[in-house]
Amino acid sequence: MGFEVLLKGNNALRLLMGLGVALRISLISAVISIALGTVFGVLMTLKKPAITAFFRIYLETVRIMPQMVLLFIVYFGATKARGINLTAETAALIVFSFWGSAEMADLVRGALQGIPKIQYESSTSLGLSTMQTDRYVIGPQIIRRMIPLSINLITRMIKTTSLVMMIGIVEVLKVGQQIIEANRKVSPNAAFGIFLVIFLLYFAACWPISLLAKYLERKWEN
Amino acid sequence: MNFDVITSYIPLYTEAFFLTIRIGWTGIGLALFIGVFVAFAQHFRVPVLARIAGIYVELFRNTPLLCQLFFLYFGLPKIGITIPAETCGTLGLGLLGGSYMAEVFRSGLGSIPVTQEEGALALGLTRRQMFTYVVFPEALSLSVPGIVGNMIFLLKETSVFSAISLMDLMFTAKDLIGLYYNTTEALFLLVIFYIIMLLPVSVLGSILENKVKIRTYGA
Repeated sequence: MGFEVLLKGNNALRLLMGLGVALRISLISAVISIALGTVFGVLMTLKKPAITAFFRIYLETVRIMPQMVLLFIVYFGATKARGINLTAETAALIVFSFWGSAEMADLVRGALQGIPKIQYESSTSLGLSTMQTDRYVIGPQIIRRMIPLSINLITRMIKTTSLVMMIGIVEVLKVGQQIIEANRKVSPNAAFGIFLVIFLLYFAACWPISLLAKYLERKWEN
Repeated sequence: MNFDVITSYIPLYTEAFFLTIRIGWTGIGLALFIGVFVAFAQHFRVPVLARIAGIYVELFRNTPLLCQLFFLYFGLPKIGITIPAETCGTLGLGLLGGSYMAEVFRSGLGSIPVTQEEGALALGLTRRQMFTYVVFPEALSLSVPGIVGNMIFLLKETSVFSAISLMDLMFTAKDLIGLYYNTTEALFLLVIFYIIMLLPVSVLGSILENKVKIRTYGA
């Protein structure tokens, strides 16, 4: 079945380190996305036509362009057209942050617009200043709503990072392929075992995070 | 940007475009079918099926499509199950999408208030009529935004098919870049064709969402 290959040499360790590369890229992009996306989301609620139009185009671009196409544009296109030489990892970080910020911005905008007007009116009638309203009334509600959604964004980021092997980053799938190729003669069936293990590794990385998001969502429902 | 090059590439892209569309929409069809089936199994708590459906949804929602395709296309032949690339693509997309669609349908079904069911029963409908004429249509209209979102997501995911050597848009672009080094032109066409493929879905989807929204609140 091909599982024996994993026990040879340091193959199992190499796979885990490959997963580490994927997780590192996704966590860095997720942190950038959450920070930038929050700012963008607040900007989108400002009702300034120019800003609104700009973000509409940005969000629609991200909505319809596959991340793989964006990766190719940044990694191959930028080099050819402008002579900018990015490492594959930088290109991946740029693309995933670009994508993630748009997703996050839309979530923040949704959460902000989902706060009923009554909340603002009641705060004002209780004598709170605008800043106090944001700090003590609106802020905590938004944060509660956003934490599960941001955690979900992290799992989506991890899943999307599997694409980086297509621009030559050696992450878990690529390491898997290398191990399979290197052991082609000795264990020709390695592909089954290795890819099954990688499948389960991704599951092991994402499932706990999804469960946490679901748990928090339920806990803070009201 | 060299326009002669672009014109000469268009036929290649058109061919790839139709392949991508075919696999994409067949996959979405399969995903809707699996999704409804799985959501029903979970909603009605069918003894063994509901458990299996739960495991399936968790497994496929928490792994990347690329990983699933590699397992289907390179892994399974080693234990004697060989699936052609195109079927693999459709199946992979269907399985991935099925788990996402199932969640959408399930939350749609779950958010129908009990009063709707009680009202239907009080009017003398049988349980079957209640489900087919009241609960299901309402759940479906609540699910529309989620379904449209998933359709766009799945059409975008088709871009990973090049990894299992299907000649889709991405594969064509990569191939042409490798062969002739006309990177700018190849990427330009790639973007154009993805816009042709996805913009109508995105726009029609928003229109449909607005239509259903009005109906839901019954103004």
